[in-house]
Amino acid sequence: MSKNNKEYLIKRDNNEYEVVIGLEVHAQVLSESKLFSASPTKFGSEPNTQVSLVDAAFPGMLPVINEFCIKQAIKTGIGLNARINNRSIFDRKNYFYADLPQGYQISQYKNPIVGEGSITLDMPEGEKKIGIERLHLEQDAGKSIHDIDPKNTLVDLNRSGVALMEIVSKPDLRSLDEVNAFIKKLRSIMRYLGTCDGNMQEGSLRADVNVSVRKKGVLELGTRCEIKNVNSIKFMQMAIDYEANRQVDVLEEGGTVDQETRLFDTKKNETRSMRTKEDAHDYRYFPDPDLLPLELNDEFIEDIKKDIPELPDEKKKRFIEKFKLSPYEANILVSDIETSKYFEDVSIKSDIKLATNWITGELFALLNDKSIEITECPISSENLAKLINLIKDGTISGKIAKNVFEIMADGNKDPEKIVEEKGLKQQSDPKELEKIIDKVVLDNPKNVGAYKSGKDKLFGFFVGQVMKQSNGKANPQLVNEILKKKLS
Amino acid sequence: MTIDLKTVKHISKLSRISIEEEKAKKLSDDLNSIFEFIEKLNELDTNKTEPLTSIAETTLKLRKDKIESKNIREDILKNSPDKNKDFFVVPKVVE
Amino acid sequence: MSEITNFKLCDLVDKVKKKELSSKEITEAFINRSKKSTKLNSYISDNFDDAINRAKEFDSKPNLNKKIPGIPMAVKDLFCTKNLRTTAGSKILENFIPTYESTVTQNILEHGGIIIGKLNCDEFAMGSSNETSYYGNVQNPISENLVPGGSSGGSSSALAAKLTPATIGTDTGGSIRQPASFTGTVGLKPTYGSCSRYGIVAFASSLDQAGPMTHDVKDCALLLEVMSSYDVKDSTSVDFVRGNYLNDLSDNIKGKKIGIPKEYRVDGMPKEIEKLWENGIKIIKDNGGDVIDISLPNTNYALPAYYIVAPAEASSNLARYDGVKYGFRSKGENLIDMYEKTRSEGFGDEVKRRIMIGTYVLSSGYYDAYYLKAQKVRRLIKNDFDEAYKKVDAILTPSTPSSAFKIGEKLNDPVSMYLNDIFTVPINLAGLPAISLPAGHDKNGFPLGLQVIGKAFDEQTILNIAYSIEKNIGYKNNINDWWIK
Repeated sequence: MSKNNKEYLIKRDNNEYEVVIGLEVHAQVLSESKLFSASPTKFGSEPNTQVSLVDAAFPGMLPVINEFCIKQAIKTGIGLNARINNRSIFDRKNYFYADLPQGYQISQYKNPIVGEGSITLDMPEGEKKIGIERLHLEQDAGKSIHDIDPKNTLVDLNRSGVALMEIVSKPDLRSLDEVNAFIKKLRSIMRYLGTCDGNMQEGSLRADVNVSVRKKGVLELGTRCEIKNVNSIKFMQMAIDYEANRQVDVLEEGGTVDQETRLFDTKKNETRSMRTKEDAHDYRYFPDPDLLPLELNDEFIEDIKKDIPELPDEKKKRFIEKFKLSPYEANILVSDIETSKYFEDVSIKSDIKLATNWITGELFALLNDKSIEITECPISSENLAKLINLIKDGTISGKIAKNVFEIMADGNKDPEKIVEEKGLKQQSDPKELEKIIDKVVLDNPKNVGAYKSGKDKLFGFFVGQVMKQSNGKANPQLVNEILKKKLS
Repeated sequence: MTIDLKTVKHISKLSRISIEEEKAKKLSDDLNSIFEFIEKLNELDTNKTEPLTSIAETTLKLRKDKIESKNIREDILKNSPDKNKDFFVVPKVVE
Repeated sequence: MSEITNFKLCDLVDKVKKKELSSKEITEAFINRSKKSTKLNSYISDNFDDAINRAKEFDSKPNLNKKIPGIPMAVKDLFCTKNLRTTAGSKILENFIPTYESTVTQNILEHGGIIIGKLNCDEFAMGSSNETSYYGNVQNPISENLVPGGSSGGSSSALAAKLTPATIGTDTGGSIRQPASFTGTVGLKPTYGSCSRYGIVAFASSLDQAGPMTHDVKDCALLLEVMSSYDVKDSTSVDFVRGNYLNDLSDNIKGKKIGIPKEYRVDGMPKEIEKLWENGIKIIKDNGGDVIDISLPNTNYALPAYYIVAPAEASSNLARYDGVKYGFRSKGENLIDMYEKTRSEGFGDEVKRRIMIGTYVLSSGYYDAYYLKAQKVRRLIKNDFDEAYKKVDAILTPSTPSSAFKIGEKLNDPVSMYLNDIFTVPINLAGLPAISLPAGHDKNGFPLGLQVIGKAFDEQTILNIAYSIEKNIGYKNNINDWWIK
């Protein structure tokens, strides 16, 4: 359980309310072609250019399932420590909408491909396990565009039929931080597995949020509202905060919360009811008679298990145990697959400790500064390893290394060449250093006197002078040694 | 089991078919006589029977993840009632 | 010279192969007769000009190795045909021109066939008399104002009237066998999964099967060979070794065990049908078959179960006809208004009725009581057949409980109309193959059919039994071309 100060509670007069959150995440499966048709899934194509007769639901068209999407769902299920079901069934979810050409969505209702599992969150106050209810495969809908034509709605079916995984969490989340951590962890796992790119801008990851509130200490869950289709973590947090407060207000005024679907208005920062005058939704689920039950034997599932890469939790454990990283360091290095790859590439060619410090320090600052991903980083892992090796073997000092790093950031230049060209090699020849030191001692008789009479602090002054004279290249360790001798 | 006018209207909403008032009564009568006939199934005890989900004597075949369709936008939009070269066009959606 | 249109499919194939007739001669003969037969209203759309060009093309470099070389054929308007209007008998698809070909019609084309037109049918194949078609009633060539059966009523009418040498239909609850029985022709519903459903306008996906409709069993065997194929585009298509149905056709049924289900002796069944059945049993015995009394105890529950399953699937399958992508659209103030008007004006009463039934049985709170129950009953019915087939190789029953009726006679009583399919529906629910062949006449001289039901994928056995009955029964249609002045 989380500590008191981390608890997310909504306070009104004498009452404190706990917020209970569950997520239904829709993750687009990374695949070449759609779930039931052989048309492409590429993002951002011209409207209606990636639409087959099946996607547009022409008469007599039939679905044929994509094996790879099934494997991707199973992989994700394994990544969520979940049970994989040997038998699952595709159902039709019936409703009418302009961008739903069949008049139904093929989904999985009572018998999903993946059953219960869990995700472990690394919260500042410790680990927290969040239950996964299920994962199922379903088709995405097309896109209705309301703002091009004032009189009409335009429909683009490029996305129609793209495979989605719906991942449903148990109502185990209790704070906005946990929601943030959950989405990030889930995305990280899927990116490790290569089953979803997790790109929220392109809509590859969206979520419906279930929110309810209950008085602190009460065990029974409150009535929940579902907030549809929120497409960023920030909006999720805003929506939850608004919705939880709204529910608390309703309860405080003696009202009851209605179970309903709500929409988050990002402009007004509020949720509003989607209930129209229409009859409530009745999806009339039934098994799709165009498809058969999906029967998977254990061998099929075992084969997929063999392909599962090391996932963030295991990797973190290894980094801590083998590399002696702190849990904090390990966490940030494994949180993203690309970062972890970069780190492993650098550390294997150089030094674990230095690699950790440089990546979590200078490199992250650089990425932050430029607002870029590690995959767009101007410094290759190879060059960063070289830079670290230059420090390690004493060719340059840590301070010079920072300058070299800055030059590298401008265009992935080889650090060895930079050091060479700019003559930044560290001066480690004691005779050369002695010359400089002698000069500094000679030029500053007053300070020498003061130092000798007990002003120890002045030692730094001498070091500074030597470094200045050597353009920063002097080997600081040697300078210290020689200076001490000369000044004694 | 009777299917009254209210139920008829509810189903007509769900199935997106508007039914004129005069026809609703006749439809309700027709449906009732059909359901009376269907209710015969209640004679059977099926508590221990597994439902038959699919009659095809085969297993679900899996397709390789390969793109096999070209851009056929023209074909796709050719039959659409409101002509447009890029999109399907429908009357404004009111939320 | 005998009329070309009097020849059966196999005869015509023979004559083309022997170069006694050209594709053009045959195609023109059937087209000309079709043109003179508009009173039957068998066609919804014709493809006459294109067909003659194709016939000429065939004749210019004839490939005589094809199974149906240069043979013209009109097909039920439920099969999507490339660049040829496909309506499914509905207003909602009035202007729909597919850019693709159904697998079954593609097979016909690939085996040398030429499509001369699209035949009338009940709207979305929902009906037993062809009276639900938006394109008007179809006449049974047997007698004026008699229904040709349904839903493949245009097909049975055109075949019996010799407007096409053979045709294809679809059968969801009897839509091939009942019209065949009503018009004195042969119709076969293959095992579910034999003929691809790709490109066939769907009615009830778990029941729909395409099949041949022909003048005799031999033609039926040939056309089944042409139609049946494994298709990766249909997930319910079954990959089994298809037989050489024509080559292996044999009237030798010695030792074959044929079951007679007592539940098919329904109350009020006309004497003629009783007699017809007895006659069939006698022929089988005479030919050395073993007749065994069997029981299919859940037969009576098939029709009610069917009227849950089929409408439920249909209500969902027909959701795509919403005025957005193709077909008819009515003007609406907004999207929902457009949907409701389009579907109200675009669908006929029977289709609307079934969509309503289907929507209701699937709706929340009723699923278990209806749809789930029906699926369980379906299991019981299938078990009945599985049990029976431990003892017998095939089952013999009448095809229908009555002969063809007058146009309009049952229009206002849906349940009595549904009862027409009482002998055919259980076979669709169990996914089995069955053939209807003409076996006699009623007191009015209207045709009556017998149905031979087989084990799954054992079309050859039912073809052979039907062939053996056909040879001994000596059935002949008496058609006097009353519709041609």
